Amino acid sequence: MTDTLPEAEIGRARRRKEDGRLITGRTLWTDNIQLPGMLYIAFLRSPMAHARITRVDTSAAKTQPGVVAVFSGQDLADEQGSLPCAWPVTEDIVIPDHPPMAVGTVRYVGEAVACVVATDRYKAADALDAIEIDYEPLPAVLDMNEALAEGATPVHEGGNRSFTWQFGTGDVDAAFRDAPVVIERTYVQQRLIPSAMEPRAVVAQTDGDTYTVHSATQIPHVLRVMLAATTGIPEHKLRVVAPDVGGGFGSKLQVTAEEVLALLITKRLGRPVKWTESRSEGNLTVHHGRDQIQRISLAASADGVLRGVKVDLLADMGAYLMLVTPGIPLLGAFMYTGVYKMDAYDFTCTGVFTTKMPTDAYRGAGRPEATYAIERAMDELAHEIGVDPLEIRRRNWIKHEEFPYATAGGLTYDSGNYEAATDRALALFGYDKLRAEQSDRRDRNDSVQLGIGVSTYTEMCGLAPSRVLGSLRYGAGGWEHATVRMLPTGKVEVVTGTSPHGQGHETAWSQIVADALGVPFEDVAVLHGDTASAPRGMDTYGSRSLVVGGIAVLQACEKVKENARQVAAHLLECSPDDLEFTGGAFRVRGTGAAKTIQEVALATFAAHNLPDGFEPQLDAGSTFDPEAFSFPHGTHLCAIEVDTETGESKIRSYVAVDDIGNVVNPLIVEGQVHGGIAQGIAQALYEEAVYDTDGNLLTTTMADYLIPSAADLPDFTTDRTVTPATSNPLGVKGVGEAGTIASTPAVVNAIVDALSPYGIRDVAMPCTPERVWRAIQGGTS
Amino acid sequence: MSRITVTVDGTKYEEEVEPRLLLVHFLRDRLGRTGTPIGCDTSNCGACTVLMDGRSVKSCSVLAVQADGADILTIEGLAGSGGWHPMQRAFHEEHALQCGYCTPGMIMASIDLVQDNPDPSEEEIRSGLEGNLCRCTGYCNIVRAVRKGAQELGAAQ
Repeated sequence: MTDTLPEAEIGRARRRKEDGRLITGRTLWTDNIQLPGMLYIAFLRSPMAHARITRVDTSAAKTQPGVVAVFSGQDLADEQGSLPCAWPVTEDIVIPDHPPMAVGTVRYVGEAVACVVATDRYKAADALDAIEIDYEPLPAVLDMNEALAEGATPVHEGGNRSFTWQFGTGDVDAAFRDAPVVIERTYVQQRLIPSAMEPRAVVAQTDGDTYTVHSATQIPHVLRVMLAATTGIPEHKLRVVAPDVGGGFGSKLQVTAEEVLALLITKRLGRPVKWTESRSEGNLTVHHGRDQIQRISLAASADGVLRGVKVDLLADMGAYLMLVTPGIPLLGAFMYTGVYKMDAYDFTCTGVFTTKMPTDAYRGAGRPEATYAIERAMDELAHEIGVDPLEIRRRNWIKHEEFPYATAGGLTYDSGNYEAATDRALALFGYDKLRAEQSDRRDRNDSVQLGIGVSTYTEMCGLAPSRVLGSLRYGAGGWEHATVRMLPTGKVEVVTGTSPHGQGHETAWSQIVADALGVPFEDVAVLHGDTASAPRGMDTYGSRSLVVGGIAVLQACEKVKENARQVAAHLLECSPDDLEFTGGAFRVRGTGAAKTIQEVALATFAAHNLPDGFEPQLDAGSTFDPEAFSFPHGTHLCAIEVDTETGESKIRSYVAVDDIGNVVNPLIVEGQVHGGIAQGIAQALYEEAVYDTDGNLLTTTMADYLIPSAADLPDFTTDRTVTPATSNPLGVKGVGEAGTIASTPAVVNAIVDALSPYGIRDVAMPCTPERVWRAIQGGTS
Repeated sequence: MSRITVTVDGTKYEEEVEPRLLLVHFLRDRLGRTGTPIGCDTSNCGACTVLMDGRSVKSCSVLAVQADGADILTIEGLAGSGGWHPMQRAFHEEHALQCGYCTPGMIMASIDLVQDNPDPSEEEIRSGLEGNLCRCTGYCNIVRAVRKGAQELGAAQ
């Protein structure tokens, strides 16, 4: 036994345990699975945005080579059920029936209408051509304002308004009455396609009694419950596995038509089936993100001190409500007050049906939209009263000594230090020097103008306190579970309810366990993503895994340690209170006597000599349900060069200083921040799902939907400040979405700043060269 | 059907294939070489990049029949008896992957890039990998990994 303590694992830049299989191609993606007798499913999808199905003839397809079965929506109408919406945000919300395959009416291009089951994927695709479907077109409904107008074509019988949800604090009318400065702006959050690199895939199989579904999903546990509820297959007969999953960003936080149908088809045919989407199919039918029209109003004093904020939001639900579709704007509802103090706040959101792919969670889910609106509007306020964007923020933000702070957004921010993060960002960025260069370029009337964008964001993470979710009418809780098992040889298995798909939980959870139990990092294995081995969990989304799931791991370790303490005390013939636990061993205070946790594990396995009545095992589970959200924050600064002759923008430097509390693995954190920033920049500059006037998606491929490549992005400068969260024992806040939330307004603020000499105060996202150029032409005319 | 002879990761295969069969489907579905994934259907993403006779190709835009007589190296054949290839090691060390789905293609494309340009600048790496998309990393660490991999490959020669 060594007396020198090993280096603390928490805080260490451990290289990831996950990498070995990923860099050698030994990964188990769902599409890799091949089973004896496996059949392949291909879907025929609606070419119409809105139409009645008047005739379906699958007879010719059934005779094609290799075809085992063909199903239309009608064929499965009695058993396919309705895809679930778990977040009925108001009592009177309209939740239309959502059959996995359309019956009678199609409501978006790409909606499944029939499918072929064949012996290989090529034959399945071939036979789709032999299915005959007649449609009677109905008007497409594409614009939210038109959808809500009198006489609009209804997407569903109940009309196009799904719900209106309101929230407010303080007297917002008083705040706006006679306000010296009122800023009113409308921003459009364009529709985005999440674009995880791994397309969706599902494999379903049965032994005639039980069912196993492998799916490229973020939510194997939620999926199991929902598949049972939707198909009637009893939950205990259904196992769901998320094997290696290639990214999600919210897009795999879903219960999809294809998952339900694969399960039903394997039940019908008794053979294993696989479906893997093509990217083009995925762009049409993986749920989209954002798509909101935001009307934001600020009331302020003459020197720019905020009095109140009003937000009126239209949120495009698309054609149906999927798993958490109506809840997404609510996740932003409490964040429009940002890092700022004010007396009153009012928020109204209306969910609108259109004939487009449904929207749902996409990285940040509601919070990027809110942050964008308030951070853009704060720049407008700064411009209006003629002060620097940083100065307007300093005049309004919550000062570090004011935490905990109850915001007008109805939340209590537990900790933070906006001044420190901003000071650090400014130092890294060289703010004053860049401002001087900007001034110089303006004076010279340079064709390349420099813009500087600021975003001082906060967000709420750690989804979520179950009671809060209940009060918002969400259908489930927000706890997370972990079980820690001490194996006889002293190795440790952690069973986590989180479901990583790139986040590195195998590594980070090992670090938590290594510190808590004093075992080597290498001696910890993390099991996840299989409801047979990890039966309890709420899965991975909303920057919740560490903040909720990581705490469950820590708490389970504490229980294991207390169990082990009883055994150690018995073996050492002392009171448990006489033992201290350091360096992986229980030591009798004041003597040299000690037992390592590995020795205790072996003694417990042998069970020859245990305390009276002690069950011979050390394992423990813990379920953590946080009391409160956590609130990461930070300051992002972007310098962008805009070529006023071509409209092209080029990010010159990007600095992010994030405060995500304590850090388990700085390497993983930096990676999350990098990727998040890239996705936020992508919204600002590149990406948009475009439908034509007939409701056809034009951006069905990666040639049309512009995911940035390495050549489109700069290097990022990142750093951190640390004010630990007070809502959990690790003091962690969550980092998965911070970069995406912060970066979009930083970039657009920079572009508008560059163009302000032209009288331009807004450019619609994505700020393409064409849009920037047109703005300049309009602005100078 | 056409008969083709292809060497994949050192093993010679003789197979009857439909003329329309894509190389990537041949690798994955026929040979079970599933280390090479598919990320799109328009040859934009590069996830399926392999080396064909030493040069990187997107195996979704090569027909299996076009690979007749060729020597294919996939991510699965990259590590040797001495362990990981320097580029694999560099991706691990620099945390140049998260979900890892683009990684096989990214590593294969990087090896080809470094073959042409043993000491690439950041800008050369960024433009050289333009045809390989990653949604997780924001590319910063990929660029660092390719620099490091290039240095180690250079030092080994």
